[in-house]
Amino acid sequence: MLTVSMTVNGIAVSADVEARTLLVQFLREKLGLTGTHIGCDTSQCGACVVHLNGKSVKSCTTLAVQANGAAVTTIEGLAAADGTLHPMQEAFRDNHGLQCGFCTPGMVMSAIDLAQSHADLSEAEIREGLEGNMCRCTGYHNIVKAVKAGAQAMTAAMRR
Amino acid sequence: MYDFGYHRPDTAADAASLLTKNGEAKVVAGGMTLIPTLKQRLAQPSDLVDLGGAADLKGIKIEGGGITIGAMTTHAEVARSGDVQKTILALAVLAGGIGDPQVRNRGTIGGSVANSDPGADYPAAVLGLGAKIRTNKREIAADNFFKGMFETALQDGEIITAIHFPKPEKAGYCKHPNPASRYAIVGVLVAKTASGVRVAVTGAGPCAFRSKELEVALGGSFSADAAKGAKIKSDGLNNDLHATAAYRAHLVSVMAARAVAAAG
Repeated sequence: MLTVSMTVNGIAVSADVEARTLLVQFLREKLGLTGTHIGCDTSQCGACVVHLNGKSVKSCTTLAVQANGAAVTTIEGLAAADGTLHPMQEAFRDNHGLQCGFCTPGMVMSAIDLAQSHADLSEAEIREGLEGNMCRCTGYHNIVKAVKAGAQAMTAAMRR
Repeated sequence: MYDFGYHRPDTAADAASLLTKNGEAKVVAGGMTLIPTLKQRLAQPSDLVDLGGAADLKGIKIEGGGITIGAMTTHAEVARSGDVQKTILALAVLAGGIGDPQVRNRGTIGGSVANSDPGADYPAAVLGLGAKIRTNKREIAADNFFKGMFETALQDGEIITAIHFPKPEKAGYCKHPNPASRYAIVGVLVAKTASGVRVAVTGAGPCAFRSKELEVALGGSFSADAAKGAKIKSDGLNNDLHATAAYRAHLVSVMAARAVAAAG
């Protein structure tokens, strides 16, 4: 067993894990953060996307030990302490950007990274930026609308 | 996944000595291929030597008019590097089209080149641009590096430290990606260099290779029409559920033509 320590959603955590423990298993099974989903488990679907040092990664294809010392943000770390949703979460709700919701945590995490690394996203950039996330319900149309609105709301919030 | 020992050395030299001490150890760079392989129990290394902590393997610098990229530099870093964009734009474009954003945030140039996946994008750039692969032991010319499917000239205990790309006069890359995996069904990099035209193809064969037919055609006239006119033989090309060998042969000249157009 190896001891890993990292900051998850701003809180320092530490636990003993096997070297083969995936980051997603660590988050879900050791920390109980089950908002990060395991969909395909083959790095295709994007349901497991989290931020590792601010960048979106697939936590099913990252070892927990590789995240030792890193800062991880999951879907549980987005809303404010009083329950106010992150602008991207709010945009998904406003635009009906989800149906069953299984892909939503990964979509939101990917969308936030996308919005942070591009100014004034076009529809084409959003569709390309979500290539690593699959949705089986919506046909993506409202997800794209949600990401556009969410990105604009994030920019507006930063200006305030 | 079978369990393994895990090491995270701070330097490439320490990584090499760990590999020598543990005969059944494997190197993990970004892990975008190795971790899925381990999950399927297709490999059972005794130990993983994680290069993620080796700061001397990261970074991009302009060198001798060309560009040198540390082995642990991610695809995302290459894609958005101003130095890469202004020196060899085709390389930045290629890196920005690998996999998806999450793969680009983890996957590395050294890992991709060392793996020699038949559908990987970087081998086309390494071979097409006549790059030099630097390891902890020596420097290997691209023409001598790719040996077959998942086979390279790398020896046991040898680690890629950086890859140096000379600046071409012009270069372009275009691929026909598999719509699910984004791996290249066929990808072609064309480069006009001081020593002639180089054309490297990925996705179509067991590993990246140079196309003599296209090099001759584009040597005569570096134009999309010349690329379209080149007849590519389908002998020995990959033939699988994604594309027949004949279709891949056709795609090679089409992608080459688009790459020439992109090269400007």
